Amino acid sequence: MVPVSYYFALSAILFTLGALGVLVRRNAIIIFMSIELMLNSSNLLFVAFARSYESLNGQIYVFFVIAVAAAEVAVGLALIVAIFRTKQSIDIDEISSLKG
Amino acid sequence: MEAFDLVPWIVFFPAIGLLLNAVIGRRVGERGTALIAIGASAAAFVVSVLQFVSLNAHPEGAVVRLADWINIGALQVPWALRVDTLSVTMMLVVSGVGTLIHVYAAGYMHFDVRYKEETGSYARFFVYLNLFIAAMMILVSGDSYLTLFVGWEGVGLCSFLLIGFWYARNPDGKHGTVNAQAAKKAFVANRIGDLGMLLAMFMIFWAFGSLSFDAVLPSAETAPPWMIMLITLAMLLGVAGKSAQLPLYVWLPDAMAGPTPVSALIHAATMVTAGVYLVARSAPLFTAVPAAQTTVAVVGGLTALFAATIAVGQYDIKKVLAYSTISQLGYMVAAVGMGAFVAGMFHLVTHALFKALLFLGSGSVILALERAHHPLGSKPQLRTQHDAHAASFDLQDMRGMGGLRGQIPLTFWVYLVGALALAGIPPLAGFFSKDEILADALQANPLVYVLLTAAAFLTAFYMGRQVLLVFFGKARSHPAEKAVESPRIITLPLVALAALSVLGGLINLPGIHWFTGWLAHTLGPELAPATEFNVFVALLSTLLALVAIYLAWTLYGRIPLKEDEADPLKARLGRVFAGMENKWWVDELYAWLIIRPYQRLAAFLADVVDWKFLHDWVHESFIAKGFQRLARFLANPVDLGVVDGIANGLAALATGSAKLLSLFQTGFVRNYALVTFLGVVLVLGYLVFSS
Repeated sequence: MVPVSYYFALSAILFTLGALGVLVRRNAIIIFMSIELMLNSSNLLFVAFARSYESLNGQIYVFFVIAVAAAEVAVGLALIVAIFRTKQSIDIDEISSLKG
Repeated sequence: MEAFDLVPWIVFFPAIGLLLNAVIGRRVGERGTALIAIGASAAAFVVSVLQFVSLNAHPEGAVVRLADWINIGALQVPWALRVDTLSVTMMLVVSGVGTLIHVYAAGYMHFDVRYKEETGSYARFFVYLNLFIAAMMILVSGDSYLTLFVGWEGVGLCSFLLIGFWYARNPDGKHGTVNAQAAKKAFVANRIGDLGMLLAMFMIFWAFGSLSFDAVLPSAETAPPWMIMLITLAMLLGVAGKSAQLPLYVWLPDAMAGPTPVSALIHAATMVTAGVYLVARSAPLFTAVPAAQTTVAVVGGLTALFAATIAVGQYDIKKVLAYSTISQLGYMVAAVGMGAFVAGMFHLVTHALFKALLFLGSGSVILALERAHHPLGSKPQLRTQHDAHAASFDLQDMRGMGGLRGQIPLTFWVYLVGALALAGIPPLAGFFSKDEILADALQANPLVYVLLTAAAFLTAFYMGRQVLLVFFGKARSHPAEKAVESPRIITLPLVALAALSVLGGLINLPGIHWFTGWLAHTLGPELAPATEFNVFVALLSTLLALVAIYLAWTLYGRIPLKEDEADPLKARLGRVFAGMENKWWVDELYAWLIIRPYQRLAAFLADVVDWKFLHDWVHESFIAKGFQRLARFLANPVDLGVVDGIANGLAALATGSAKLLSLFQTGFVRNYALVTFLGVVLVLGYLVFSS
């Protein structure tokens, strides 16, 4: 059986990639994908610990996270479509009209 | 029968009359107005007669207390009316002569308001006239010096209102301020006299602790003589103002600017005698100090002679009578000053009768000329032409009269009666009263006797001159030729007064002395002794009067004055006549001595003290500039600097910090994400590493 630490490492790598993607990329779709990456890295960790401790709690959390992520993507993609319609772009650096 | 309780109605009736006329006078028409006013005055006369009848039964009289007025510590002055033989004498004269003059005025003012083209003033005239009767009644019936003073001031007000009755016109009827100035002069001269009255009252209260006649007069001997001296001299100043004595008489000739009934009622018969009444009322005060008596008597005697000389040189028919009034008032003042109170009051009564007659007669003469001069009802443009044609014609100038005997016979006869009564021809009223004064003067003060006898001579002369100039000879002007007799409402009072002037002397016939006995009830027997009839005095004064009349006839009667001819006296007396004609330049003297320095002082106070000092310097330089400087200081450094600085600083602080904070809101989502990330790292790092 693969030790938990391996999963842990993989999850950390994935989360870091996601976080970096959110911080450095300008395409809104890609940022969304990065967010999904971070969510799924945590899902991986939940599943790994659930297996390791033989408890279903982690698995249930994963379902919650997936449901929340699905809702978030639905809302987010709708926003991106609306922004694209008005701005003809989804570069988030151009969406700065709330600048103080 | 006692009717003393009715006495307040002598004031209430005229007051009701004046209120009625003031409210509905314009609606009831001239007839209604006249009826109300005459009725009010006649009702007051009836009440006065009732008092007279009651007094015959109860000669001690009564004091009728109406209400409290002033009630401060020791000063107790109720509204009380005094009924005694002295006050009832005055009431009868005021309301009796007053009623006759009301009747006369009803006819006279009918014409006057039409000549002045102000028919609305008819009711106003009778309001004033009734107000005068009410005020005069308060004066004569007041039970204390203060209530007397209320009436004293009230009649002064009426005098002012009535002298200036045509306040927007000159005596010739044209627009101007001469009448108003005459009214002002009377008012100011009377104020000087009133100052004396006030001082006298203050000192009376100081010396006696009361102002009531009952408290003051019986205890006159208890006060120190110098105090009484001051009181009586201050009172003399009041008398000189009200009764037109030297040196304050100058207002009375100017007062002739009022309508003629006013001259008769106020400035001949009643108001001007108030001073005589005051001295007679205060008899115990005056007899307490002989020096004061002498002063009063000499002032009266000098006034009598001085005014008589001026009357000789006057051309205005009313001015002659005005100076004659001053002269006769001098007689009365001299009489009451010498202690001959009965003689003074007797002359007051007879003079009221024949002088009212003379004034009303002169009004009838003037009216007769005026009606011939421009008949009423003629077309306005004709009248304007007429007025322009005769612009210089003075209706009151005796040089423009002459020969009126034929045109207005009734006026002539009554005027002759009045003139003879004034000249002191027996058996008319003036003879008895004047002779009683002269007989008393011969005993009491020879100097005053000489003054008064000389004045009597001049009186007969100027009255002879006036009658001859006005009624005899040939008409010296167009209106005098066409003069029309006045209507009956005007001549009836004249006839009544003429009858009274003939019979008036009967009330104190020598030997019977009814009036002396009557007044003795009030004055006391020692102050009202029966005067012996002095044959020498009577013969001398009658002789002098006859000589004077003969002299007047030689000058004015034998060769009547021609049109535009100078007065024959002018050539004979030269400078003396110029003095008489110009009233001895007393008005000019007063103007030079008092009025002009006063005006200069007033101008100095106004220009320099008020304008340059107070206005320019104190107000403009000091207060206004200083205030502006203070305001500027408060506005600029304090308000703009400090107050606004605090407010603006707070605002700048708020905007500055807001700008600083707004730098964090870049609008770049990734910036926010980075900050959030760093925050999470920090919080997690803290949580991890702090445990």
